[in-house]
Amino acid sequence: MTMIRRLRTSPITPWATGGLLVALVAVLPLLDLSLPGVLPGSTYTPGTLQLLAFAMVFAALALSYHLLFGVAGLLSFGHALYFALGAYGLGIVLRDTELALVPAMAVVLMAAIAVAAALGALSLRVSGIAFAMVTLAFAQAGSVLVRRNASVTNGEEGLPLRVDNIPAELVGVLNTRNVYWLALVLLVVVFLIVAWFERSRAGHVVAATRENELRVRVLGMTPFRVKLITVVLAGGLAALVGMVYLLLQSGVTPAVTTPDFTLTLLVIVVLGGVGSRWGAVVGGLLYTLLDQRLTALARSEAIQDLPEFLRIPLSEPLFILGTLFILVVVLLPGGLAGVARRTLARADSARARAGRSLDEEATP
Amino acid sequence: MSTVLLLLITGLGLGALYFLVASGLSLIYGLMGVLNFAHGSFLTLGAFLGWEVARRMPDGSWLTFGVSILVGAVVGATVATLTELLLIRPLYLRHIEQVLVTVGLSLATVALFEGIWGVDPIYVVGPEWLNDTTDIAGALIPNDRFVLIAAAVIVLLGLVVFLKRTRYGLIIRAGVENRAMVTALGVDVRRAFTLVFAIGGAAAGIGGVLASHYFGYVSPLIGGSLLIFAFIVTVIGGLGSLTGAAIASVVVAVLQQFANFYLGGTGDFMVVALLAVVLLVKPTGLLGSKA
Amino acid sequence: MTDEARKALGPILRVAGLSASIDGQQVVEQVDFEVPATGVTAVLGRNGVGKTSTLKAVLGLISRSGVVEFDGERIDSEPTHRIVQRGIGYVPEDREVFASLTVAENLRLAERGTTPHRDMVDELFPDLIARSAQRAGSLSGGQQQMLSLARVLMNDNRLLMVDEPTKGLAPRIVTEVAAALERAAAVTPVLLVEQNLPVVRRLAHTVVVIEGGRVIHAGPAAELLDDDERTQQLLGVHSTDHGAPKGDTDHGAPRGDTEHGASKGADESREETP
Repeated sequence: MTMIRRLRTSPITPWATGGLLVALVAVLPLLDLSLPGVLPGSTYTPGTLQLLAFAMVFAALALSYHLLFGVAGLLSFGHALYFALGAYGLGIVLRDTELALVPAMAVVLMAAIAVAAALGALSLRVSGIAFAMVTLAFAQAGSVLVRRNASVTNGEEGLPLRVDNIPAELVGVLNTRNVYWLALVLLVVVFLIVAWFERSRAGHVVAATRENELRVRVLGMTPFRVKLITVVLAGGLAALVGMVYLLLQSGVTPAVTTPDFTLTLLVIVVLGGVGSRWGAVVGGLLYTLLDQRLTALARSEAIQDLPEFLRIPLSEPLFILGTLFILVVVLLPGGLAGVARRTLARADSARARAGRSLDEEATP
Repeated sequence: MSTVLLLLITGLGLGALYFLVASGLSLIYGLMGVLNFAHGSFLTLGAFLGWEVARRMPDGSWLTFGVSILVGAVVGATVATLTELLLIRPLYLRHIEQVLVTVGLSLATVALFEGIWGVDPIYVVGPEWLNDTTDIAGALIPNDRFVLIAAAVIVLLGLVVFLKRTRYGLIIRAGVENRAMVTALGVDVRRAFTLVFAIGGAAAGIGGVLASHYFGYVSPLIGGSLLIFAFIVTVIGGLGSLTGAAIASVVVAVLQQFANFYLGGTGDFMVVALLAVVLLVKPTGLLGSKA
Repeated sequence: MTDEARKALGPILRVAGLSASIDGQQVVEQVDFEVPATGVTAVLGRNGVGKTSTLKAVLGLISRSGVVEFDGERIDSEPTHRIVQRGIGYVPEDREVFASLTVAENLRLAERGTTPHRDMVDELFPDLIARSAQRAGSLSGGQQQMLSLARVLMNDNRLLMVDEPTKGLAPRIVTEVAAALERAAAVTPVLLVEQNLPVVRRLAHTVVVIEGGRVIHAGPAAELLDDDERTQQLLGVHSTDHGAPKGDTDHGAPRGDTEHGASKGADESREETP
């Protein structure tokens, strides 16, 4: 028992657990596991791998949003802009140029960083709720740009991926597991970058600005600059995730440019627990799976046969998710991470009590 | 000349719609520090229920039109009041959580509306006169513009009289400036919170019914699209300032109309560009004191 | 009721183990003191030791824990407006008048009872009545202080809490404010935060000295102020430098001018109290 306790408190343990989890997820395509009700099929089938990869892409995107909202305390309603920039940017570069995948991604990443720096510098002139509204306005402009310029973006129909210059291993249903591993690599890389940033000096300072901007200024640091660095990093990561999303989905539609898409990210981060990296990851995975399963459930006969006043709400996944979100905000402050923390703390104190009574019995 | 006049009056009509949404948003933010994402849903529900009542009444009569507007106002005020009492009040002073709850509410309600009324636009019929035009100095102005402008002016005047002449208006004006001090004078400011939600919801509900006649249809997304411009209007006008919201509504909508016509459909971009310029020059907005 | 009879009833305000925090930072720590049911009790201490925060904690304007009893009843879990309705008048630091409202509107907002003492306001502050249609933000610092006092004096209160009423005012105005407070104190007990020791000497019967968020001294006012060495030790200033309150304001130059110095304070006060 003491060994377990020592493991729990050791700083290496979470990383070891994480590594183990990653290894487990990495071998899933080679296994034949079924989770009826959770996954649509066995773990090696392309449909399931596609869904899991999609969930990991969302978890990575949620991590980039966690940088803004969880770490820096910046409530942005425009994060979809950078994700869309990555997806659409890569799609357009691959279609209109003969660049190979990696150089094309580098070009798009540079562009995304430049846009994030410019818009970030502008929107950080205001703070709090006004910042939220301004980022929303910029994202809305991006959304309009995508929808209106059909000659470039293919408008409402969405932009299909041109595969001529993409490695053959990433194309086609049979290669879904390669894209799945790519998504896993993406998630791990984004997680490590976010973790590294949170431990860096800039990360500490920006976390301090969230608590007390005045104190940071008194210490002689400029909150504006560290906030801008955070915005640019989050925007760059979101663009990177958008590029993998394009490869995974073989295309992109204007739905990812809308403010609602950013709201989804906000929902994920809050469900997982604001400020928690693991919360963002778990929230992203859970949300995607839930959304997918609820959509399947909505079409099921069990729901379709219900009376109208039950059938209509239950066949709208977003209604259920939105309601769930409200309940979490009102009833579970700290989200899933908060619940986990409280459960662990309770278990620990219970164990400590048990340990103490044992010690007392042992001493005569 | 007649084109300019048409664009100007159409812009005023659209500005009137923006104002009906933005006035409530701005008051709610100014007094409570809450950015209300559910405001678009108040508008949409007002529009749908206004239409539901109107289609059970004689088509195209003025009475039907008037009743649907009244229904929109009552529905907007009712759901807004319930939202404040059930979701906002329990999270008193926790501003981020309050915003999050309204975000969840807007997502859930839009999905619910899609479930009930479908995603396709539903076309609405108003009095014949609304679809006619009036000749003003050679410009043929669609009549619904005048109704919009009149409605917004009436709401604006009503709000000004309420804020200037009543005790609650006094509490709201003082609360926008310094809420803590209002409570320190022994005033229960929370009752004023419910009231601004009700008033904002009523204005949004009226805006919903009028928007359905302006656009010619109702859809679950009608509120969300207006809400974004209303947000921009409140930032440009200055958060918490009713006059600022009124001025910015007109400026934004007129700019949008002219840019759409003369600059190849760039209206939405010009609005965002205007927002960027205002932020660079005066981050608190035209008449705002809080950033 | 005589003074003795009132004292027999016990203190009007009793604070025990009061702690408070702003943004997670402890600003008041385990403070204990009592305010007798008559006269002026002055809270003294250097700048930033938690005097203002103590008053705000009593009113529930900042999050607090501990015991606060008003006239024998616990009020430490009540919302601010209830506490004030029990009969506490609060004159905040920096006046906090509503700049965008007129003088008349400021007074109307503050009316609590059915019979506000308008006549008292007329008599004490004739200047305000003449300016009733003027926006409070355009008043001078001294006039804003009068308005802030008038908001409180027109109601029936059982306790006044007045925070630095003479801060940044010209000597002539300081005398006026002190006179108004003296009149008010004749009928209502006052808890006064004040840096101006001559004013304290003129008004206060009891003093409470706070340092680092804690009470470090409590006792009769005259006893402390007559002991220059002790005053110097507790407050960092001499008690005997000045005579009557018509002298210098004790705050030195940085406190801002008298006429429109209040506008800065009004801006700061707009910050939300969490």
